[in-house]
Amino acid sequence: MNVITLFFYLFSGVLIASAVMVVSSRNPVHAVLFLILAFVNAAGLFLLMGAEFLAMILIVVYVGAVAVLFLFVVMMLDVDFAELRQGFLQYLPIGAVISAIFFIELALVVGTWQLAPEALALRKAAAAAPVDAMNARALGRVLYTEYVYFFQAAGLILLVAMIGAIVLTLRERHGVRRQDVMRQNARGKADAMSVVTVQPGQGVTVQGVKRKDAAGQEV
Amino acid sequence: MVDITPNAPKKKTNWMPMILGGLALVMLAAVAWVAVVVLKYLWVETTWFIPALIVVIKSLALLVALLVIIAFFLLADRKIWAAVQLRRGPNVVGPFGLLQSFADLLKFVLKEPVIPATSDKVLFLLAPLLTCILALAAWAVVPVAEGWAIADINVGVLYVFAISSLGVYGVIIGGWASNSKYPFLGALRSAAQMVSYEVSIGFVIITVLMVVGSLNLTDIVLAQKNSGIAHMLGVPWFTMLNWFFIPLFPMFVIFFISALAETNRPPFDLPEAESELVAGFMSEYGSTPYLLFMLGEYVAIMTMCALTTILFLGGWTPPLSIPPFTWVPGVVWFVGKVGFVFFMFAMVKAMVPRYRYDQLMRLGWKVFLPLSLAAVVIVAGVLQLTGWYR
Repeated sequence: MNVITLFFYLFSGVLIASAVMVVSSRNPVHAVLFLILAFVNAAGLFLLMGAEFLAMILIVVYVGAVAVLFLFVVMMLDVDFAELRQGFLQYLPIGAVISAIFFIELALVVGTWQLAPEALALRKAAAAAPVDAMNARALGRVLYTEYVYFFQAAGLILLVAMIGAIVLTLRERHGVRRQDVMRQNARGKADAMSVVTVQPGQGVTVQGVKRKDAAGQEV
Repeated sequence: MVDITPNAPKKKTNWMPMILGGLALVMLAAVAWVAVVVLKYLWVETTWFIPALIVVIKSLALLVALLVIIAFFLLADRKIWAAVQLRRGPNVVGPFGLLQSFADLLKFVLKEPVIPATSDKVLFLLAPLLTCILALAAWAVVPVAEGWAIADINVGVLYVFAISSLGVYGVIIGGWASNSKYPFLGALRSAAQMVSYEVSIGFVIITVLMVVGSLNLTDIVLAQKNSGIAHMLGVPWFTMLNWFFIPLFPMFVIFFISALAETNRPPFDLPEAESELVAGFMSEYGSTPYLLFMLGEYVAIMTMCALTTILFLGGWTPPLSIPPFTWVPGVVWFVGKVGFVFFMFAMVKAMVPRYRYDQLMRLGWKVFLPLSLAAVVIVAGVLQLTGWYR
């Protein structure tokens, strides 16, 4: 058997198994970890198809950042799964209907291509296969020339979502003394120190602060 | 059981061990024969076996060399730290304490691994393993000399970045699986810290990539050898001027500091701050699992040193492209430069006080992120206006 085929079945087998474990595992943290395993295997599948850039980006963005935050949140939450499963039978019909719709849609997509080959021709022509093997360069050329407006629009949508999340969660607290590093750095010797010559038995009056001498009298 | 009664009756000869031993020998011979047959088939009949074997041998050689070097770098770390504090450091095991790391290894391996009863046992043991394996995996693409990379892939720098961003999982899983408060707090700190500093590391890498025009690590080094300031000034033998740490000096500084934060090194070792969190995410670990965490951490530090060397210090190229500098093999220059960056890591550890957590976050998000983002725009603009990009 071809080694690539072997790896394909390895990656897809682990991918499907871990996807099943995501929905069936009892511990939510385990579920998220299986999700991460699924992501990594999907990256492996990308690699097999020669989409090395997509594979690495999938790992950097989804596994390295998004899933970390996801795991972070799930670990912090005290999810009682026994309680969550109470309504399992109640929600089963809705879940079944939704998954049936998804399945039919997927079957239709693939089935149409199979039944009517001319449907394939109706799609927008795919970008020409890159001449050089450099994935990143080919993707960049397509993304920043032909699809630049869509790319910008996607960026703007993400920006709006980010600002929205910040606006929703930002809480202004009054009476909190924050560290102002700029002010601390700008504070020089002249602002903070004064050199005084102390005569014996006289004591010192610091700006605004009263000091007491040995007898307890304010100086 | 040893029979210690004084007048024990003489035992009959026990044939059982001999029969079992004979059977074992026969089976061993059979296994060896099968192995030879299979190996011969693989060697002669298949096309992929010999390349795969070569890759395995190369990987083993690299890993053994890496681990031995790390053993001495770890000692150097402690020695430098000690010297700054006017101590002697480890000086008992071997001459000048040179064998200290190996003694520590033996000590850790021989200790009893303690697994907390309430921990998630599978994940508890998976976490250190994950840390160590991921850290070692990053070295698959690192070119230690021209052509000396196990896998010279197109997206090399992205691969190292991806693997180092996966390193956070060992820490989070370890902290959570311990089922204990301080390890969990350490894990949370680490997750936020590593995700934050990855952003600025990513932007710094992007500036270098724009100048080079390739994600291949070998190409990045060659770009610093074959073009740059030295060539513009008409002194192409002065390779040192070509290295990216001169034109991209602010990026070099940001990358160095972010690398400290990414590897949980002091002054950013908040996930394991002993004054606040005992030992952070490692509190519940001992023996070999702890050793794996420690090893993974140092391998990750070496990876970051190697990445700094490749991105900014010209990889394996000598500082001056004239004899006698060119007579020294590239791998020596590479290890030397990695050692220099590691020396800076060790000096920072010895000299800089630990950051407070909010200061760490401020530095990452409010200082480094805008700076590196601005640098990406500026470098892209300069390259576009001057036409220096390839």
